[in-house]
Amino acid sequence: MNVNDVKPHAVPGGTIQLTAPPPEKTLHGMLYYMKLTRELEFRIERKLYRQGKIVGGVYVGRGQEAIAVGACIDMRHEDVVCPSHRDMGAFLIRGMSLRTIFAQYMARKTGATRGKDGNMHMGDLNLNLVPFVSMLADNIPVAAGIGLSFKIRGQDRVALCFFGDGATSRGDFHEGVNMAAVLKVPVVFICNNNQYAYSTPLERQMAVANVADRAEAYGIPGEIVDGNDVLAVWDAAARAVERARGGHGPTLIECKTFRMTGHSAHDDAGYVPRELFELWEERDPIKRFERYLTERGVIAPGGIEEIDKRINREIDEAIQIAEKDPFPDPDDTLKDVYYEG
Amino acid sequence: MALTTYVEAIRQGIWEEMEKDERVFVLGEDVGIYGGAFKVTAGMLERFGEWRIIDTPISESAIVGAAIGAALMGMRPIAEMQFADFISCAFDQITNFAAKSRYRWGAGVPIVVRAPSGGGVHGGPFHSQNPEMYYVHTPGLKVVCPSTAYDAKGLIKAAIRDPDPVIYFEHKFLYRRIKEELPADDFVVPIGKAAIRRHGTDISVITYGAMVYTALDAARQLEKEGIDLEVLDLRSLLPFDREAVLDTVKKTNKVILLHEDTRIGGFAGELASVISEEAFEYLDGPIRRITAPDTPVPYSPPLEEFFLPKVSDVIRVARELYAY
Repeated sequence: MNVNDVKPHAVPGGTIQLTAPPPEKTLHGMLYYMKLTRELEFRIERKLYRQGKIVGGVYVGRGQEAIAVGACIDMRHEDVVCPSHRDMGAFLIRGMSLRTIFAQYMARKTGATRGKDGNMHMGDLNLNLVPFVSMLADNIPVAAGIGLSFKIRGQDRVALCFFGDGATSRGDFHEGVNMAAVLKVPVVFICNNNQYAYSTPLERQMAVANVADRAEAYGIPGEIVDGNDVLAVWDAAARAVERARGGHGPTLIECKTFRMTGHSAHDDAGYVPRELFELWEERDPIKRFERYLTERGVIAPGGIEEIDKRINREIDEAIQIAEKDPFPDPDDTLKDVYYEG
Repeated sequence: MALTTYVEAIRQGIWEEMEKDERVFVLGEDVGIYGGAFKVTAGMLERFGEWRIIDTPISESAIVGAAIGAALMGMRPIAEMQFADFISCAFDQITNFAAKSRYRWGAGVPIVVRAPSGGGVHGGPFHSQNPEMYYVHTPGLKVVCPSTAYDAKGLIKAAIRDPDPVIYFEHKFLYRRIKEELPADDFVVPIGKAAIRRHGTDISVITYGAMVYTALDAARQLEKEGIDLEVLDLRSLLPFDREAVLDTVKKTNKVILLHEDTRIGGFAGELASVISEEAFEYLDGPIRRITAPDTPVPYSPPLEEFFLPKVSDVIRVARELYAY
């Protein structure tokens, strides 16, 4: 199947046939977190970055918000999420504060890494959120080990591991997914197939049509979902999580989507045919979901504006605080290389 | 009381820690049913079961990556590299994920990576290497290289209990050649502390791993001609015992740096810098290095013998330095 043939609600396999629709509270949560992700990243990439307030690079997941939100919204606190760099929704749902995130991007002492590392490299064990490193796919074996620890201790917990299509070309994807499959550990692998790894299109990344096709080689289920449909992602993730909890091992879910930006804020993506952006704009996951909720009366007239107002207020407040937060002390450079008691 | 070999000492150390702390588990290639390529984990599968002695696919990167993930969840994994040579396959996980985790986000990664290293066993280029310096050059890691059965046991225990990632280089040549009587009680050897193996007054030989025995053999022969060597066994390379290094140099005023690793970028270079920066005025002669040449480890016995630093090398250099 060609990724550009993906039509909303028309994915082969009929993944949109929900096993059971989520309760309204979850639907509201999905919309809130997708919109919060979009606005947060808009402020970082289009406002603060251009104002020179962001230190270093910026990588956003515009157009891909449904994936992290759909997959994480129902995860339990004790489950562990290993996001990639286009999964801001995962950080938000896990409970990382907006102030912490802005402070992180502005290299402040109050950021998630206290100024030691930048942008999306955020983690917090108290939130069961494990940060990735820039060597993409490294978090796949790590997630396998997280799942392994659950299996060793007989804990009812699941690890959710995100990565992009480019990461699947690295050896750690193979080693990690294979080991997770062999040891049957409770991990769900979620690929954001946004069809570009920096400037490299999918056909230069792999000679198979779908990332999910690779699952067969590991003896685990692979499933393709419309990554711009939050309910489709939610449904597939819920089934994979249930499978993992039941002791049946990992699942590979491929979410077909599109990167609606360049690789990073300095990349104009001139190598991407414009018509692809136009095509995928029509499939925008937030607009689609807003239509879905409005048509079904889940959101009352004016409800969306209310959410936007709330989000803008929360973000404005967080930026105000983070901008006043201090930079780390130069002496901090030498701290925390090793355990200091 | 029975003598315990170096390899058995490692096994005992792991075994005792596993009995005491259920967070400790082993994962690696052939560690379970087979008991490990060198039998370090022999009998453990029967005692601890398949979820604490875990046979894995041939995937060094995933072995270390999985150890990291489990450690983040509060476990104390021991990842076995079947040969230290294969640790290069896990280089990225060790140096990027494990070593930098605490610094980046405050999450310690208490893993032990066991790496059977060293030559003298005709293993050739891929079963004889001493890759310690890649890791010594990585802040956030600890690196140890025991030379005695006592240290092998004491350091594996210290490594397992350590809150940071420890690369444990165990020398294959010593596995069954070195044995001693070990105390019955629980003991650890602190990481970062050197040990004087022979007290002497004329020249200090600073070394580690199997080369400790090369230095001691040379010292015994040189004793007959009135040259008195002090032999300092570093035991840990990262962190290393700076105080012990400077103390011995200040005592003897002449120093030979000896290691089985190759020359450029070897640990001797770092030691020479520290000595010249901090004890220059105590030196009565040039700092001398004895190392393997800058080649891969060769296979054929005459080649490997040429490659490895020998007792005769230490004797020759010590005589030159003594006469200086």
